[in-house]
Amino acid sequence: MDSEILIEARGLTRRYGPTTAVSDLSLTLRKGEILGLLGPNGAGKSTTMKMLTGNLAPTSGEAFIKGQSLHDAPTAAKKSLGYLPEQPPVYPELTVDEYLRYCADLHGIAKKERAAAVQQAKQSCGLTEVSQRLIGNLSKGYQQRVGLAQAIIHRPPVIVLDEPTVGLDPIQIREIRALIVELGKSHSVILSSHILPEIQAVCSRVMIINRGRAVYDQPVIATRNAQMESLTITLKRPPAVEAIQRIVGIASVEDLGAGRFRLVLAGGNDPREVLVDAAVNGNWGLIELAPEVKTLEEIFVELTSGDEQERKAA
Amino acid sequence: MKNIFSIAGNEARRIFVSPLAWAVLGVVQLIVGIVFVLSLLDYARFSEQAGQSFGVSDYIGGSVFGFAVIVLLLVMPLMTMRLFAEERKSGSLTLLFSAPVSLTEIVLGKFLGLLSFVFALLALLALMPLSLIPATELDLGRIAAGLLGLFLLMSSFGAAGLFVSSLTREPTIAAVGSFGLLLVIWLMNMLAFNDSIPFTAVFSYLSLIGHFESLRRGIFSSADAVYYILFTALFLWLTVQRLDMERN
Repeated sequence: MDSEILIEARGLTRRYGPTTAVSDLSLTLRKGEILGLLGPNGAGKSTTMKMLTGNLAPTSGEAFIKGQSLHDAPTAAKKSLGYLPEQPPVYPELTVDEYLRYCADLHGIAKKERAAAVQQAKQSCGLTEVSQRLIGNLSKGYQQRVGLAQAIIHRPPVIVLDEPTVGLDPIQIREIRALIVELGKSHSVILSSHILPEIQAVCSRVMIINRGRAVYDQPVIATRNAQMESLTITLKRPPAVEAIQRIVGIASVEDLGAGRFRLVLAGGNDPREVLVDAAVNGNWGLIELAPEVKTLEEIFVELTSGDEQERKAA
Repeated sequence: MKNIFSIAGNEARRIFVSPLAWAVLGVVQLIVGIVFVLSLLDYARFSEQAGQSFGVSDYIGGSVFGFAVIVLLLVMPLMTMRLFAEERKSGSLTLLFSAPVSLTEIVLGKFLGLLSFVFALLALLALMPLSLIPATELDLGRIAAGLLGLFLLMSSFGAAGLFVSSLTREPTIAAVGSFGLLLVIWLMNMLAFNDSIPFTAVFSYLSLIGHFESLRRGIFSSADAVYYILFTALFLWLTVQRLDMERN
């Protein structure tokens, strides 16, 4: 991981009067990474994205895009930036072509290359058939695609997408996800989403924000290969509970009835192989053996609702 | 500089694809046209009786442009209300804020885009007195001074409206607000007539209308032009400040 750092934020804090929307949030994103921002409603995802794109000045802290400070050199920093906010920033009275040409122009694409850039963005976002339509007459999903096309038209090194797949149909969602993965190879992408499987499918890193604080920041791999903490096993001819308990690496056994058992593992052990052997030798009639892995959803719920309880207690 | 023209071009396009601009142009032309015809008839009758003591450019140009000012005072807030308020409401302002352009470029671009509409309006207004060219001899300098005065006045209206539009996210509030602001600055002239108020000279000098009066009569004084340019620049600067505050 020695590739170029494209986004760096240090201690971003944003207060709106007495309420703190984001507090002391730091992140670094390198080339080729896709970061997923997760969080309950009002956690500060959009505020964070606004600060990273120069739409909102942080109360304290600083953000750098490709090494350029958003505070000291905003235009230089914004050159490397594509942003799709929650509401696609489109002009309903323009056609898709007119709008995208203007966006290309705003981002400093030379006149000669503009047509090609517009064409490419339309192709990536499936807009070629609506080129001449007024944006205001397009459906919500198409407007979202126009917003996305606007964010990638100048192929910026850093792409920030606030809930990019909202309002799209399932096929389009798959296409957009594929596009994001494709973009992620050569650019840095930050995207926020409520859809956990989406984050898992697309992102290389996950950051969970809760009440303005980053409470989790790990590669997605970590959530996939999370530590196995327990197993469920179903046996047609279950032995006595003690017989299972005796197997090395099992801390406790919980009888769930109908031959199902929940086995809590002693730290770091993987007794699956031993279990199968024992089941074969003892003729237990093994029909199911499933590891219980902590999913991203569980991590999310644990981290975000735990706080809620704390707050209630306090 | 290129960015300013990109933004201005887009702004002009958006103004002219909207029915509002055409409706405004049409209504203004109709109303001012009626006044033009009426004053023309007036002049025809009057000149038969009184001879050549009044020039036709003076009479027609003066009354048409003088009346146009009142119509424009009502109309300009409608044209400026959308500039920032509507974009903020629809979220499209984010496009400009995340693009590699400075706030000054955004404000100047929008203002230049608005000026394209002002030019269209002025061209249509100018056609009325100019349509008399085949029939009579016009004092073109006088009409040019009147048009210049209207242009400067409308730039000032536009800049003030742009500023008010940057304050709010509701286009209607922006329209009411800029209309109120323009009227107040306008009415400063009234204070000047009241002798019990101190500094009447200052009020009369600051009023928007006072400086138009001489231009309408064909007297070009650089002080008047500078007044309008400073007025415009002040409000454009305030708009930039306001947008900068919004990020904080």
